[in-house]
Amino acid sequence: MEYFLELFVGGLTRGSIYALIALGYTMVYGIIELINFAHGEIYMIGAFTALIVASVLTLSGFSGVSVLILAAVFAVVYASAYGFTVEKIAYKPLRQAPRLSPLISAIGMSIFLQNYVLLAQTSDFLPFPNLLPQFDFLAPYAAVIGSTELFIIATTAVVMVLLTVLIKFTRMGKAMRATAQDRTMAMLTGVNVNRVISNTFILGSALAALGGVLIASHTGRINFYIGFLAGIKAFTAAVLGGIGSIPGAVLGGLLLGWTESFATGYVSSDYEDVFAFLLLVLVLIFRPAGLLGRTPTGKV
Amino acid sequence: MLKKAALTSLWFLFLTFPLLAIRVNTIEHLVEWRWKNMIYVGIGSFVLSLLWQYLLARQASARGPGEGGGSPMRSLYRRILDDRRVRYPLLAACGVFALAFPFLFPSYQTSILTTALLYIVLGLGLNIVVGLAGLLNLGYIAFAAVGAYAYALLNVHFGLGFWAALPIGALLAALFGILLGFPVLRLRGDYLAIVTLGFGEIIRLVLENWNDFSFGPSGISNIPRPGLLGVELNLQQATSYTYYLMIALCLLTILVVNRLQDSRIGRAWIALREDELACEAMGVDKTMAKLTAFALGATWAGMAGVVLAAKTTFINPASFTFLESAMILSIVVLGGMGSIPGVILGALLLMLLPEYLRVFQDYRMLLFGATMVLMMVFRPQGMVPAIRRSYQYRRDEP
Amino acid sequence: MKRFLHRSSSSLIFSGFLILLLLASLAGCAGEEGKSPAGGEKKEAAAANDIRIGVAGAHSGDLASYGLPTVKAAELVVKDINAKGGILGRQVKLLVEDDACKPEMAANTAAKLVSAKVHAVIGHICSGATKAAIGIYKDAGIVAITPSATNPELTQSGRYPNFFRTIAPDDAQAKMQVDFALNRLNARRIAVLHDKGDYGKGLAEFAKKFVEASGAAEVVLFEGVTPGAVDYSAVVQKIRGANADAVIYGGYHPEASSIVMQMRKKGMKTAFLSDDGVKDTTFIKVAGPYAEGVYATGPRDTSSNPIAIAANEAHKKAYGSEPGAFFLNAYAATQALLNAIEKAGSTDYEKVRQALRSQEVETPLGTIHFDVKGEAVGVGFAMYQVKNGVYTEVE
Repeated sequence: MEYFLELFVGGLTRGSIYALIALGYTMVYGIIELINFAHGEIYMIGAFTALIVASVLTLSGFSGVSVLILAAVFAVVYASAYGFTVEKIAYKPLRQAPRLSPLISAIGMSIFLQNYVLLAQTSDFLPFPNLLPQFDFLAPYAAVIGSTELFIIATTAVVMVLLTVLIKFTRMGKAMRATAQDRTMAMLTGVNVNRVISNTFILGSALAALGGVLIASHTGRINFYIGFLAGIKAFTAAVLGGIGSIPGAVLGGLLLGWTESFATGYVSSDYEDVFAFLLLVLVLIFRPAGLLGRTPTGKV
Repeated sequence: MLKKAALTSLWFLFLTFPLLAIRVNTIEHLVEWRWKNMIYVGIGSFVLSLLWQYLLARQASARGPGEGGGSPMRSLYRRILDDRRVRYPLLAACGVFALAFPFLFPSYQTSILTTALLYIVLGLGLNIVVGLAGLLNLGYIAFAAVGAYAYALLNVHFGLGFWAALPIGALLAALFGILLGFPVLRLRGDYLAIVTLGFGEIIRLVLENWNDFSFGPSGISNIPRPGLLGVELNLQQATSYTYYLMIALCLLTILVVNRLQDSRIGRAWIALREDELACEAMGVDKTMAKLTAFALGATWAGMAGVVLAAKTTFINPASFTFLESAMILSIVVLGGMGSIPGVILGALLLMLLPEYLRVFQDYRMLLFGATMVLMMVFRPQGMVPAIRRSYQYRRDEP
Repeated sequence: MKRFLHRSSSSLIFSGFLILLLLASLAGCAGEEGKSPAGGEKKEAAAANDIRIGVAGAHSGDLASYGLPTVKAAELVVKDINAKGGILGRQVKLLVEDDACKPEMAANTAAKLVSAKVHAVIGHICSGATKAAIGIYKDAGIVAITPSATNPELTQSGRYPNFFRTIAPDDAQAKMQVDFALNRLNARRIAVLHDKGDYGKGLAEFAKKFVEASGAAEVVLFEGVTPGAVDYSAVVQKIRGANADAVIYGGYHPEASSIVMQMRKKGMKTAFLSDDGVKDTTFIKVAGPYAEGVYATGPRDTSSNPIAIAANEAHKKAYGSEPGAFFLNAYAATQALLNAIEKAGSTDYEKVRQALRSQEVETPLGTIHFDVKGEAVGVGFAMYQVKNGVYTEVE
């Protein structure tokens, strides 16, 4: 039973990270129907920014929770800025173009950002300090759940709640939902669509950056390539849950995390990724819109 | 305009500050401040912003008040290619150059050109799927992997030679193409893309992990080069031989794709790409069309894969990642979807430029990514856009 | 006419750019290869005196950190030697080429180096890339010494008489790990992990084979982890669930540090043994306090070897940082190669090969020469353990 619990918590942790990143994918897709391949790189940039800020602060003598807060804040701010800029450069000019163009543009942006960080920093794996607070009350349960895991799960849960509140009850959230539903109508009713789109990117990037900081603290190391793998997994999660649906992204993330965790635990870790992709393929074949997505009805 | 450029410059200074100005080495606990980079960023972004605005404005005005009913202005390349007096001499010159190449240049260059030719075949194959039929395939390289591993494994277990393996590899790849096609018949657009990405990754991962079958990450080595009726060839001769082989394959591919474009199935694909529903309404068998698209596209990849295995004499799963699929896709898109000369040009540029511009080695991938973005923004139709056959009925002026 | 220009001016600009680029590259490569007889002769005369050594490996992409230190090592050795007058009165010139650890690039790189008439090659870095390139070097009669390609097939198949290496092959390392685990640590239940890569998986498979052959212990787990994955807790749980008393890991330090960290955080005291991809100060720095107690095999005795100390110092002075992976191996390879050329009195293929086998050379790894298969003799290696944040040799 303990084994099961450990795998469960492990999957939950993984799934939370995937969920955080998947939210960005899903929100962007919902708004402009674009798979933002560069999103994984935003997550990586968030982690790097946090590392840089944390290192500078630590060398200047700060320590403790303040480092975490400042690093996280900077990471979020910068990642959002990058997300905003990427949108303006690579996606905005292509809003009227056929579907393939922004996709290629996104792939190109992803490659560009990866190599930008590689050249700006280094190709080595850089150790990431554990910025997250340690909770002593968890010591007896160290086998099942550690402080970082708990922190990650808790943060994700809080973020979910806040996000849902934002989407449901604020004006900006309403504008987002309207734009996602029907962009032209939204424009006609006075919604500043450009700003909504920018805000969606900013929000998605902020979440990804948060995920980046959390996971970097958890695994203890980052390099320029982590965005790629995490991006593909999170993207799988978003599609699994139904791309365009926010609860779907969370569900997809958690489901993916558990699938990987249990597959590794009970079958084999070799095929971990294969299970993830297989799950994706199967779901898409039998339920093309994903688990919580709306099946698109086409008008003839 | 200047103000916007100045603001953009400031914005980029802010944006790139942590990553470019500070270099962190947490292994050594070092922080390095590089203020000089900021100057570069400031000036660079200012200039680029001006350029960007200028180009965007030009583009908007060019699209301007519509082109009216006439056919769109053909690009310079098209005009060159279509002009009989230029086209044939040009093709002849290219042909002579290509045939004489191994004798003029060292075998290293021949090897590079052979790789470029391989990518031309791959690009043309993907062109069938993406360019003609409009089915976005992000896992295309997996079919090449099938071909390559088919040859390698058949050689290891049964001693099959190159020429025997070539058709088998192509057939096997076609089979996989159909296998991929079946489940995705109902999917459209982005979902199709994702599933093909998943398939591509699954194939690669299985090859990597199923050691008993595929020898895993250590790969298979000592794959024999293509043989010439049992004659022993030294390295140089073998390289030239492979080169000519590839030229032949390329020509075959171009011929077949050209014929396909105008054939019944080709038109069905184009109809599929334009509007699936109308296609169905007009009685085109969507299933057959999609499956044949996948199968035929995969066949070329399979053949290219067999040649790839023979050329490098060693394969492992690391040569067949998403990056390769993305590169082939870029070749098709940047060259011009559905356009054969475009794809050829795209493949040549994408493969040859990095080799000849080795001075930019470090920045190669960076430039690659940037080019993709820029091309999409400023010239989405590709370098040599495909011409749509249009019929013009001239109305006599009264 | 004006309309023509305006509409297609973007094409014109673009084509103009392309033509310029093509001309430039053609001019560049024509010049490089020295096609024209007159220019060729002049180039040959200047180059004839140089000893050209190719350095091939991963210098870009995600495996760049394993290839770049070799370049630096070669540069340092060559700089030293050239300052002392070169070899046989000739200056040594390095031709550095990137293969990104991809076999098809490696084959192209090999062809390029052969065309550039190098006398020998240091490389490649990855076993896969080496396998793709070594045949080309053999056909051209060029010796290749690698500091890091550990695949046993390269020497044991006997197919590559031009292949040499200054690093222990996988099976030897695995044997040492298994012997240590069985005899010194008395492990009876061993979990073998790898990173699904060529190097790591190869090592792991040998380890598994040796454990099973010994009959003294059981391989309770044989799994691969995905490099770069978000979290390894599942595998760690599995290790615990299998009640392993030792973990043998084949792979590099990034994954190793993650796995060790997670293991220790969960309170697992399982012994962790790994290979020389992990015996790196970077591992200790990345894993921090969790690195304590980890075992790893590595080349023997380098910390007190004076040449090794000097090499590390030279690196720090020239590049401002600690050397990276396989630095000392590459340093040794370069030294061995140049020494063999010197002792052979020429760059002739057969003579250099003979010299490598018969002549001993002092390197950071010890005094070495090569056996008939190409393995380095005298590259002793030993088991190290992290004690107080430093790898110390275990007696």
